[in-house]
Amino acid sequence: MNKKYAVEVEDLTMAYGDKPVLWDIDLHVPEGTLMAIVGPNGAGKTTLIKTILGLLKPAAGRILIYGRPYEEQRKLVGYVPQRGSVDWDFPTSVLDVVMMGRYGNLGWLRRPGQKEKEMALEGLEKVGMSKYAHRQISQLSGGQQQRTFLARALVQDAKVYFMDEPFQGVDATTERAIVALLKDLRQAGKTVVVVHHDLQTVPEYFDWVTLLNVRRIASGPVGQVFTDENLRLAYGGKVNFLARSMGAETAAIGGAYPRPVESVQQGR
Amino acid sequence: MTTSQIEIQLIAAVVAVACALPGVFLVLRQMAMMSDAISHTVLLGIVVTFFLVGSMESPLLIFGAAAMGLVTVSLVELLNKTGLVKQDAAIGLIFPALFSLAVILISRFAGGVHLDADAVLLGELAFAPFDRLDILGLSIPKSLAVMSGILMLNILFITLFFKELKLATFDAGLAAAFGLSPALIHYALMGLVSITAVGAFDAVGSILVVALMIAPAAAAYLLTDNLSKMLGLAALLGIISAVGGYWLARLMDANIAGSMATMAGLVFLMAFLFSPKRGLVAYARRRGRQKWEFAQTSLAMHLMNHEDTPAAVDECTVAHLQNHLRWQPEFADQVLLKAQRRGYVQRENGSLELTDSGRTLARQALVR
Amino acid sequence: MELFNDLLFDYTLRTVALGAATLGLVSGALGSFALLRRQSLLGDAMSHAALPGVVLAFMITGSKSPLVLMLGAAVAGILGTLLMMAVTRHSRIKGDSALGIVLSVFFGFGLMLLTFLQRNPDARQAGLNTFLFGQAATLLERDVITMAMFGGGALLLMVIFWKELKLLSFDVDFGASLGFSMRLLDILLTSLLVVAIVIGLQAVGVVLMSAMIVAPAAAARQWTDRLSLMIVLAALFGAIAGVSGAMISSLGSGLSTGPLVVLAISAIALLSFLLAPNRGLVWNWLQRRRSDQNLRVRAVLSNLYFLAQQHDNPEHAHEATVLQTMAFGRFGIQKSLAVLTDLGWVQQVDQDRWALTPAGAEEAERYLIGG
Repeated sequence: MNKKYAVEVEDLTMAYGDKPVLWDIDLHVPEGTLMAIVGPNGAGKTTLIKTILGLLKPAAGRILIYGRPYEEQRKLVGYVPQRGSVDWDFPTSVLDVVMMGRYGNLGWLRRPGQKEKEMALEGLEKVGMSKYAHRQISQLSGGQQQRTFLARALVQDAKVYFMDEPFQGVDATTERAIVALLKDLRQAGKTVVVVHHDLQTVPEYFDWVTLLNVRRIASGPVGQVFTDENLRLAYGGKVNFLARSMGAETAAIGGAYPRPVESVQQGR
Repeated sequence: MTTSQIEIQLIAAVVAVACALPGVFLVLRQMAMMSDAISHTVLLGIVVTFFLVGSMESPLLIFGAAAMGLVTVSLVELLNKTGLVKQDAAIGLIFPALFSLAVILISRFAGGVHLDADAVLLGELAFAPFDRLDILGLSIPKSLAVMSGILMLNILFITLFFKELKLATFDAGLAAAFGLSPALIHYALMGLVSITAVGAFDAVGSILVVALMIAPAAAAYLLTDNLSKMLGLAALLGIISAVGGYWLARLMDANIAGSMATMAGLVFLMAFLFSPKRGLVAYARRRGRQKWEFAQTSLAMHLMNHEDTPAAVDECTVAHLQNHLRWQPEFADQVLLKAQRRGYVQRENGSLELTDSGRTLARQALVR
Repeated sequence: MELFNDLLFDYTLRTVALGAATLGLVSGALGSFALLRRQSLLGDAMSHAALPGVVLAFMITGSKSPLVLMLGAAVAGILGTLLMMAVTRHSRIKGDSALGIVLSVFFGFGLMLLTFLQRNPDARQAGLNTFLFGQAATLLERDVITMAMFGGGALLLMVIFWKELKLLSFDVDFGASLGFSMRLLDILLTSLLVVAIVIGLQAVGVVLMSAMIVAPAAAARQWTDRLSLMIVLAALFGAIAGVSGAMISSLGSGLSTGPLVVLAISAIALLSFLLAPNRGLVWNWLQRRRSDQNLRVRAVLSNLYFLAQQHDNPEHAHEATVLQTMAFGRFGIQKSLAVLTDLGWVQQVDQDRWALTPAGAEEAERYLIGG
């Protein structure tokens, strides 16, 4: 194995009660990749991110960051949650939110000081939000909120970033700015894994893509993996719907279950 | 049993059913705490009506109190709409203020009257048989008469508007599209809750109205998915709580209303633990059984995923199961054994192979 | 004023006021977190749930010492909260129902125990009054000291874990991803809230505790967008309400402190909702009026300009009635004209006719065309 993998997920299975949400997921993300995770609603994309980050407990499987278990590598990982997961009426300023990115490094009880403040201001500079530093977050537009979250993640100074639908509901300018930022990160050798909702822009924004629908349908470089066939497998004609509506035997469907086209580079 | 005792149980049962019916909708609409708020603010309604009417015996008191219930709901909505506070905070702001106002008005201006704040809160069922009414030559306790009337009203309303209530509760948007005003239904329901609370406080006090409205309905919610059944079950469980509570109180020589609430809590606890489909015990048992099935299916899926790939050599071994699937050795062995016994998996010198039936099992998992 | 004199030198008033102030301070500060996490009614539930704890504490230890009873209350409060969490996590019962059930059932159970204890099923004689409404008037100095100690301890913990609590309240997922145990923090915050409630039960009783958790924080939120300032303001409002309630109660009208404190804090909240800058309703109404006014003035200026253009003379005068028909909203023409005159953009030519001044013409052009 001469290529370094920033993220390795093996046999990850995650269930809510008795309903499986993620089945036997394998993922190997080389360092310095910009990867999109796509799939229909309910496919488990957010669950995957949350399980990787330790927010949810998997039924089986393991997660490695740069070859070591996630718990030991938290400082190497940055996170941008979904914008809607937070109450933006909370009384706090943009700068304050961004400084939260340093809390992990501060650890328990230590207070953020001048150094943290400066790092936060730098982060805001990178996303073009410097003049909003002292703005109350309820007064931000969607795009500005997203940038604030991004700045917070940048300030974590990580090597691997996980982002959950960062392009959802932002204006065109912000979208371009985010893409530029992602490309900068890749340039700097960082790895970025993004849950993405817009299939149209996958080839343009990302190098790698993972198609997910409870199972991993395919994963690899966009050129090789982002095919009609794989998309159909992931999105169109969900297997169970087809089976029921056509009254077909599951065995028949199973028999017609082709192996997805995957990148040869996937090997270990 | 003496007549008094029978009457008390009867009143308790009637109160319980009258509370359980609107309670079902409160639980389903996630407005449970509104019952807490209303049952406190009715005191202000009573006080204000008393000042207007001058007598504690007037039937207008019920309407005044019910009106205050509606006022409470409107104020909460109003406050919520300003966007300055969220709904839970709105409730927590308004009802203590109104209640405090009532308490102060009482102690300041109504000192001599038989209107005690804690009477409202606590009620006293034991005295109910002594306050009697003459109806058609029959002497019945006043609370029984009043509560029965309220019960009739609740039953009438729910029966007449069953479809509308059902629709508005589960799909407000659709209801509006049909021309039903969800707001109207909301206020009508809250009006019922207010009237019921007022009638009931005489017997059980306001805090325990909450118990009788919410606990039996919540228990019923754990036992059925059908709205009509839920209403019936809630009523039944309410009666059990009421009568059971009465006997518990007699046993312990304790306050009847408190015992009824305790009993309602126990009923809920039973449902929470032992509901055949949704109870904790049933769930644990299902999980135990499912753990094995799940694991076997996982194994089959895992093998199917990796067979015929270059990595099969590594992935389809026994050692891999323990390592990468995070299964304890004993667990992995057990799963493997069961899978082999069921014919899903074959073992060939340390490497595992999926059989045809195993493959079917894996594919069926996709078909959920 | 004599009242303030009493405040300083009358032992009872001073004690009660201090006790109420302490309660207001602590519950105001800690209640802010409950408010922000949308757990406003948790205080209500916890304070009702405390009753069986108090009774059991007495039954087990035989002691009526406030410390013991408070401990019982705290244990019951925490137990109630844990049950609520368990019910919502392991069944389809939602949070509000769980709150209602725990609140009423625990309280009922406490009632049952209390009356059982006294072999007297009549709740009204059970001494429940003090639990329901508090007995601020009978607070002793050492009670207040106990309150202050526990309250102070809780506030200290809040300050120590400030950034962690901020994470917990604002973005749980992000906090967890950083490695902080959100569950432990949740338990910590809940415990602090329990302390605040247990302190307050003595003074204002069960029914009104929920107001002391919610109202100071809700009021404070309207005045500031900074969390630290909000907490301080909430504490301040709570303390003010406490002292006010105590003072009014001491005026001897037989009114008990609890409801007065609640009315005081509710009044503060109402005033905050109305008058606070930026968020306040009155403020917003005034802003809107001002911008409406602005628009109308601009419209009149523009209309004068358009009219004048038809005469090739920017200073051609027109009657006010003409302007009236052109404007949207028939009212306020005279007012707008007055404002414009003050600004020097319009002048009255004769009794009923108005014209643009050179400066006005310039302004109209700038507004309509360039700039």
